[in-house]
Amino acid sequence: MVITPSTGWISLNIREVWAYRELLGLLAWRDVSVRYKQSIVGIGWAIIQPVMTMIIFTIIFGKFAKLPSDGIPYPVFTYCALLPWNYFARSLGDSSDSLVGSSHLITKVYFPRLILPISKVFAGLIDLSIAFIILIGLMVWYRIVPTAGILLLPVFIFVAMLAALGVGFWFTALNVLYRDVKFVVPFLIQFWMYASPVAYSTSIIPDKWKWIYGLNPMVGVVEGFRWALFGKTAPNVSMFLISISIIFVMLITGLYYFKRMEKTFADII
Amino acid sequence: MRPIITIENLSKKYQLGQTHTDMLSEKIGNSLRSIIRGIRGNNLLHNNQKFPLKNEIWALKDVSLDIHEGEVIGIIGRNGAGKSTLLKILSRITEPTTGRVTFEGRVSSLLEVGTGFHQELTGRENIFLNGAILGMTRAEINRKFDEIVAFSEIEKFLDTPVKRYSSGMYVRLAFAVAAHLEPEILILDEVLAVGDAAFQKKCLGKMQAVSASGRTVLFVSHNMTAIRELCKRTIWLDGGCLINSGDTDEIVTQYLHENTRSVNEQIWPDLDTAPGNDKVRLRRACLSPGEGSAYLSVHTPLKVEFEYWNAIPGAELNISLYLNNLEGTCVFNSDSSPRVYPVGIIREACNIPGDLLNDGTYRIAIMIVKDRFHGIYKLDDVLVFDVQDAERECDYYGKWEGMVRPKLDWTSEYIRHSEIC
Repeated sequence: MVITPSTGWISLNIREVWAYRELLGLLAWRDVSVRYKQSIVGIGWAIIQPVMTMIIFTIIFGKFAKLPSDGIPYPVFTYCALLPWNYFARSLGDSSDSLVGSSHLITKVYFPRLILPISKVFAGLIDLSIAFIILIGLMVWYRIVPTAGILLLPVFIFVAMLAALGVGFWFTALNVLYRDVKFVVPFLIQFWMYASPVAYSTSIIPDKWKWIYGLNPMVGVVEGFRWALFGKTAPNVSMFLISISIIFVMLITGLYYFKRMEKTFADII
Repeated sequence: MRPIITIENLSKKYQLGQTHTDMLSEKIGNSLRSIIRGIRGNNLLHNNQKFPLKNEIWALKDVSLDIHEGEVIGIIGRNGAGKSTLLKILSRITEPTTGRVTFEGRVSSLLEVGTGFHQELTGRENIFLNGAILGMTRAEINRKFDEIVAFSEIEKFLDTPVKRYSSGMYVRLAFAVAAHLEPEILILDEVLAVGDAAFQKKCLGKMQAVSASGRTVLFVSHNMTAIRELCKRTIWLDGGCLINSGDTDEIVTQYLHENTRSVNEQIWPDLDTAPGNDKVRLRRACLSPGEGSAYLSVHTPLKVEFEYWNAIPGAELNISLYLNNLEGTCVFNSDSSPRVYPVGIIREACNIPGDLLNDGTYRIAIMIVKDRFHGIYKLDDVLVFDVQDAERECDYYGKWEGMVRPKLDWTSEYIRHSEIC
């Protein structure tokens, strides 16, 4: 084993992350088990939050604003989008804070720092699974039979993870340098939701603007979710592909930025 | 024999004064200000502000060292000498600026006891979490779990969240996990300074067992007694440089000696630049250990001397001495007897007996008092000095408690035989 100052573009060393998978798992498990400790409703919060949002959206956007929902009952239509959205928002928030929030570890012990943001997107999966139970209930209630596309759902969940990670890598590394990030993220998440097809359908976006709309990586994820579950409207292919490409661009640049900054984390955090 | 760790020309530079955690707005504000200055054309005036000298500090400078398998190495030096930086580079927490380290085998570092403990988790859960953070595999922790629990003596509270633990229990559990690491190279930073005497003895025993089993240990401490007890070879760092390395007894003696000599005298020969005002000015301050002491230990008597100029004819003056500890808490305040002096130079001295101060860093502040109550000049940190711990006759190696450590008269006697129960 040799320790030298690193220079230039360093290799990503993903294999090392794999070597530390046990610690990654434990950190994710810690977040899950600590999250609802000393709370009465406990894990119930994972259901209450999306359900309340669904009710509010149904009243405001479904009943009053009468937004179209592609022929699907509005509550199911929006709840199905809230699942990946809430998962993304929380994972992004947690992973952006993951380095600064673990500064006591970073300054005292070595491990590949990448496992901190990664553990956050894994921890979020538990809430997602629990909220998913309600979706199944809603689909039974409204008698919606899922199409074969449902088999692709895990793929879209994985894409949502990558989306949160890509942006999360950028933000958490920037947060070490500039604490401004912690003010930006909540605001950005709020704004971002309205820029994503959570409360409305992409059908209201004029076709000629769809490619710009697709620059939002969450468009691909949310559209993918809806398509996998209901199969009603196939997503606009170019919009979908643009969205997915953006996710990969964010992920790869984020990884490189993170690795480039990694050596300074312990000194400036 | 091939060394297990080879350190070659290791250096580490830190940037001072510029914390990167600044808000962006400050950076933007600064650049705006410099632009405005440029427009106004007065940037010449502010040249120094515009191009401040880079505030760099070399926490470690060109350190080279070979460490052999099975060696237990002590690392000593004052605060800021580079000890922790060296350990952080060896543990891969931070990168060196230049130089290289080559080593063989698994390294575990323990820069703190209980890294990653989570308050909400139980003792059992924290054993697994902390073990994994320190680099143990799950299988390894499973295998040693019972041993760890037995060592920590907290069996009954294993399923209680650690936030309900007393600080003693917390430390015992944390150390128990750490004590069961089995790396080829173990790096320790001041970890013996925790827990009560009985537990410390246990930890020390464990550490001796670790080194006896042929593993390599690097051990940083301010506690010379523990260093002497545990380490054969010692490295002395100061200002980021390796001052000396070699046989522990020799190095420790040198270090203590050097540290006492360097600190303790200040002279201001020039009346105009001496600290003070139009009434009095300091001329000299000096601290010297009593006869026959090579260094300042808790047993050493101290003599503190001050010389100052008096510009007020017939003033009734005395000195009030404040002995503060490193945190700035006043340990004691002592006054000389007031006397009427003509204009001229005055010398006052004070003896602090041995066996009074505890080990630690002390800062002396003085106030020159006129007419018994009117402070006319006060100066902080006139003298700063370290009192070293001395060898003890017991098995306790932790920090001796208390602001002072006086030697007091005790009487102990056996009264009579009595049946108990």
